[in-house]
Amino acid sequence: MTTSELSSAVRRRGDVVVVDLVGDVNRDAEAALTRAWETARRDHPAAVVLNFSGAGYINSTGIAVVVGVLARARAEGIPLRAYGLTEHYREIFEITRLADFLAIATDEDSAIGGAGGNTA
Amino acid sequence: MTALTGSLRRRLLRRPVAQDRPAVETVQPATAPEEDVAPVDIAPNDPLLAYLQSAAGAVDVTTLELDSPALGALREAGFALAVPLVSQGELIGILNLGPRRSEQEYSTDDRKLLENLAAQAAPALRVGQLVREQQAEAATRQRFEQELEVARLIQQNFLPKQLPDLPGWQVSAYYRPAREVGGDFYDVIPLPGGRVGFVVGDVTDKGVPAALVMAATRSVLRATAQRLVEPGAVLEHVNEHLVPDMPEKMFVTCLYGVLEPGTGRFRFANAGHDLPYVKTADGSEELRARGMPLGLMTGMGYEENETVLAPGDSMLLHSDGVVEAHSPAGAMFGFPRLKEAVARYPGGAELIDRVLTDLRDHTGPDADQEDDITMVTVARAARGHGGSPGGPTAQQVEFEVPSAEGNERIALARVSSIVSELGLAPERLRRLETAVAEATMNAMEHGNRYDADRPVMVRVLTRRDRVVVQVVDQGGGTPARTPEQHPDLEAKLAGLQSPRGWGLFLIENMVDEAHEHVDRSDHVLELVMFLDDPPGSETGRTTDTAPEGGADHDDQ
Repeated sequence: MTTSELSSAVRRRGDVVVVDLVGDVNRDAEAALTRAWETARRDHPAAVVLNFSGAGYINSTGIAVVVGVLARARAEGIPLRAYGLTEHYREIFEITRLADFLAIATDEDSAIGGAGGNTA
Repeated sequence: MTALTGSLRRRLLRRPVAQDRPAVETVQPATAPEEDVAPVDIAPNDPLLAYLQSAAGAVDVTTLELDSPALGALREAGFALAVPLVSQGELIGILNLGPRRSEQEYSTDDRKLLENLAAQAAPALRVGQLVREQQAEAATRQRFEQELEVARLIQQNFLPKQLPDLPGWQVSAYYRPAREVGGDFYDVIPLPGGRVGFVVGDVTDKGVPAALVMAATRSVLRATAQRLVEPGAVLEHVNEHLVPDMPEKMFVTCLYGVLEPGTGRFRFANAGHDLPYVKTADGSEELRARGMPLGLMTGMGYEENETVLAPGDSMLLHSDGVVEAHSPAGAMFGFPRLKEAVARYPGGAELIDRVLTDLRDHTGPDADQEDDITMVTVARAARGHGGSPGGPTAQQVEFEVPSAEGNERIALARVSSIVSELGLAPERLRRLETAVAEATMNAMEHGNRYDADRPVMVRVLTRRDRVVVQVVDQGGGTPARTPEQHPDLEAKLAGLQSPRGWGLFLIENMVDEAHEHVDRSDHVLELVMFLDDPPGSETGRTTDTAPEGGADHDDQ
């Protein structure tokens, strides 16, 4: 079975930072996601948006990694949002209540707008 | 000592490594940074190696008297000194040096320094060699595992996804591949006029070649069964088709029979396969028909016979993985014992369960399965019994997943493939996949401690109204794994709970029912997904767990 290590890219759109996630969100994703968060928070963005469009398989250990990032975002007062989740993983984000703390949008513009940032 | 400060240039000898001798590496410091030093090949039987193996220290290449082609090559390449690199008594490399730049001889101090260097370098070089060897072994193992996975996928995809629903009949099937994946297959073919064809077969050999021949046989047989009525004629045609392209030393044993559900008439022909047994009111009987295996030679004829399965009768088609399973003392399970089991036990799915229990008792619980095991039962309801005997049509497939990180994806993909044609709605299939992946991760981590020698067994049972997936690990004898508290996201965000601990929570929320069973050796997590809406509407999801559970906290 092919597994795909998570890679991330961080880009700015106005005062919001978008983190593009490509690959599997599992236990091994922690390093990539932590690095991405460190880069994303550096310039005190108005919000950080996680783009899951390129994410494949997400499991419970990956959920734990996302919880870790959410905890850091809340501690630092940076709103965290997400988009690009499939219906199935969106349901999992709802069941775990991640969706209560991490607003989920249908597309990037909505995520950025909803995050209160100014689209470039 | 400029030779030692020059850039080192290492070259692995390009020669076959003798089976009984470790690789010897030449480590050749350049005599000057700008000089390029040609590698020197040393044959495994060159006397220089034996000499260096026992040399007390650095050896003067220019004055050594030895009938050795390698010695000549070293001199020709301009080397003056050879320092053996010996680790744990084995020569694993040679440090070759050119003459000193000062044109003076190497002094006693130089030699002592070089010998100290060699003593320190040798273990490091050995470690490097061992790492390379392990990497090569790991790559070989990975290729082998990938080939096995291909074979499993081929076989899995050519087994029936669903068994027919025949009023008054119960059709059950069990298939479990051996680790090396043999060539077992079975098929149930709907035929014109309500007749049903039953096939059970076995390809000699294992792995991908067997899987490919199995796939070809199954496809030809399916197509032929639609055109020809008589089972003997079907096997004749399949044989003619297979012979030209059959790989050397391979053949296929196969039993093919056609059932008329209305009358119970079962007409069959046999290509060298193990004979079926029928449970009757008087005991059990063997259904005999003669014929050579498929793919050996052209022009073969296949004897046809028939029986009538009376109300209450049950037939067992099987592969040799059952009767040829060995006990620890080397005794085979054997035909007589299987025939007796058919007579003694109820028919249908229960017969399969009872035979599997007997097999486990025979081989021992920890024995590796030697060959694929396939059983198909066809049971006719007793008179006055309107429904199917022993419950609804059932099918069971088992496979193993090595306990290694990421392998839950294998379980996910295979279960998804097995249940793909059951009509489960896509969103419910995704939920089942997630539950299977989480249950497998749980089993690999908490039950088998990621021990590669303790695989997770996944058993997929399809019933008329539901699919049941049992994920079995070897973590029995401990309390159930249900966590004491459900994960609370707010507590996790506040640092009061670990960010992990979602595994069982997800499982419970993904499937209609989840049951946990623990016995002395095994831990079983059973996932149930109804093919239609679960009984009891939306609140159909239930979880049974041992009341004393919670000591072993789920940490996924």
